Amino acid sequence: MSTPDFDVIIVGAGVAGCCCATLCARAGLNVLLLERATQPGSKNLSGGRLYGYAFEAIFPDFARSAPLERKITREKLSALSSGGASTLEYQHADACSWSVLRARLDPWLFAQAEQAGAQCLTSVQIDALHVENGAVRGVIIEGDTLFARAVVIAEGANTLLAEQHLLVQRLPEDGVAVGVKEVLALPKETLENRFALEENEGAAWLFTGGICASLPAGGFLYTNDETLSLGLVCPLSSLRGAPAPLPELLEQFKQHPSLRPLLRGAEVMEYGAHLVPECGLKGMPERLAGKGYLLVGDSARFCVNTGFTVRGMDLAALSAQAAARTLIVTLQEDDEADMQPLYRQQLEANSLWSIMSRYQQMPEFLQTPALYQAYPDLLAALQRDIHAVDSGMPKRVAKILWQHSLRAGWPRLLKDIFRGGRSL
Amino acid sequence: MNVNEKLAKNRYIPDAEPHIVPASHADYAMLSLLVNACPAGLYHLNQNGNLHIDAGGCLECGTCRLLCDEQTLNRWRYPPAGFGIQLRFG
Repeated sequence: MSTPDFDVIIVGAGVAGCCCATLCARAGLNVLLLERATQPGSKNLSGGRLYGYAFEAIFPDFARSAPLERKITREKLSALSSGGASTLEYQHADACSWSVLRARLDPWLFAQAEQAGAQCLTSVQIDALHVENGAVRGVIIEGDTLFARAVVIAEGANTLLAEQHLLVQRLPEDGVAVGVKEVLALPKETLENRFALEENEGAAWLFTGGICASLPAGGFLYTNDETLSLGLVCPLSSLRGAPAPLPELLEQFKQHPSLRPLLRGAEVMEYGAHLVPECGLKGMPERLAGKGYLLVGDSARFCVNTGFTVRGMDLAALSAQAAARTLIVTLQEDDEADMQPLYRQQLEANSLWSIMSRYQQMPEFLQTPALYQAYPDLLAALQRDIHAVDSGMPKRVAKILWQHSLRAGWPRLLKDIFRGGRSL
Repeated sequence: MNVNEKLAKNRYIPDAEPHIVPASHADYAMLSLLVNACPAGLYHLNQNGNLHIDAGGCLECGTCRLLCDEQTLNRWRYPPAGFGIQLRFG
């Protein structure tokens, strides 16, 4: 084996890469963190909501010192129909999540890795992994090899490097979505008034219904300090039958009467897109680690969409923690070892595996077409009748409910309720 | 607001060489899918049915890469370090 320059080289300074670099460096390992962007975060994009627990476990002062946008205190979930919306709203007494913008958050995470003692370099594009006797032992950059005892692949959802070395398979079209997002500027006071927010508090709003006709797709809106993050998440399989080009679907979504008045006068500051691995546990690579390598975060497909919570960044931090523990033990004992069994054990120990297991039926359930048109329309029709007032004899609410459930079809309704319940 | 006006709000450092290169002969259905699917609307079919890509406005998401194969795109890589989109918000 060539003399290693580093104990660990980490490819990609997103959430998983920075957390893993911090933890490995704190344990005394000689760590190199590499990022292709010039500024950390300037190639990274998230919908924009982060659950804090996983970060507080790594950075004790996280909530106070990280550049977070707003504490999410208001949850909204809307089923859109043409012209109407049925909305469920909840006000948190104790918030546990924040809206974030990655170009602001990631430089902070990068600085944490540096402070912990990791060497951190930006503007570095990796061409290939260096493989020796079936073990990954470094990275190749413009023909030069940097040697390491282990490499952590944290390149994000678009797994160019891992696919090139057959460590993962390309995601199937129904196992990956594309998120498109606008950042819209609004004066702070206007934003707080429109969304009925106290200072520094924020709203998270998810949408289903008619976004890509009856095909699976969802919308999101998060309030940041002085901006909104607004976008769509559309599985690639839905793009084949989409009624309009993706950028147009986003424009149509913005024109919905539930959104249009809230966005009035908001200035588009940035437009971006990013892949979201939505395959769940069943679509994950068979191997998440091997000799000399581990996959973390989006590269390992750690992401959960339940329809009402979307989690990626906290799972990235959890996987980084499991990966760091695996590396610390392996590099101390035997760096010839296949890291898969120990990594799996660590993923089970820190709850990430049980999160993925809990929601393993969800990707299949979210393919149910009725969730995207029939049920939002049903909810709208139901509420229209309940709110209807005219000169005629009022209908009994029980009768309204009965009629609409008959129209939707009891067998299908019961089956979907059962399937939905089992997926959660 | 159309997608080109939105892209104009983004910050890019343009690379002279395109990082996405289409194959000369590709399946028409595949090309129309890319035209519809690209979040930045960078794929255009001209009158002869040939594909044109404005790779300079790329959001580097990878959607087109996952939707097609090497028969459609000869090359898909990230722009070299220091080039491409520079997100200010993310």
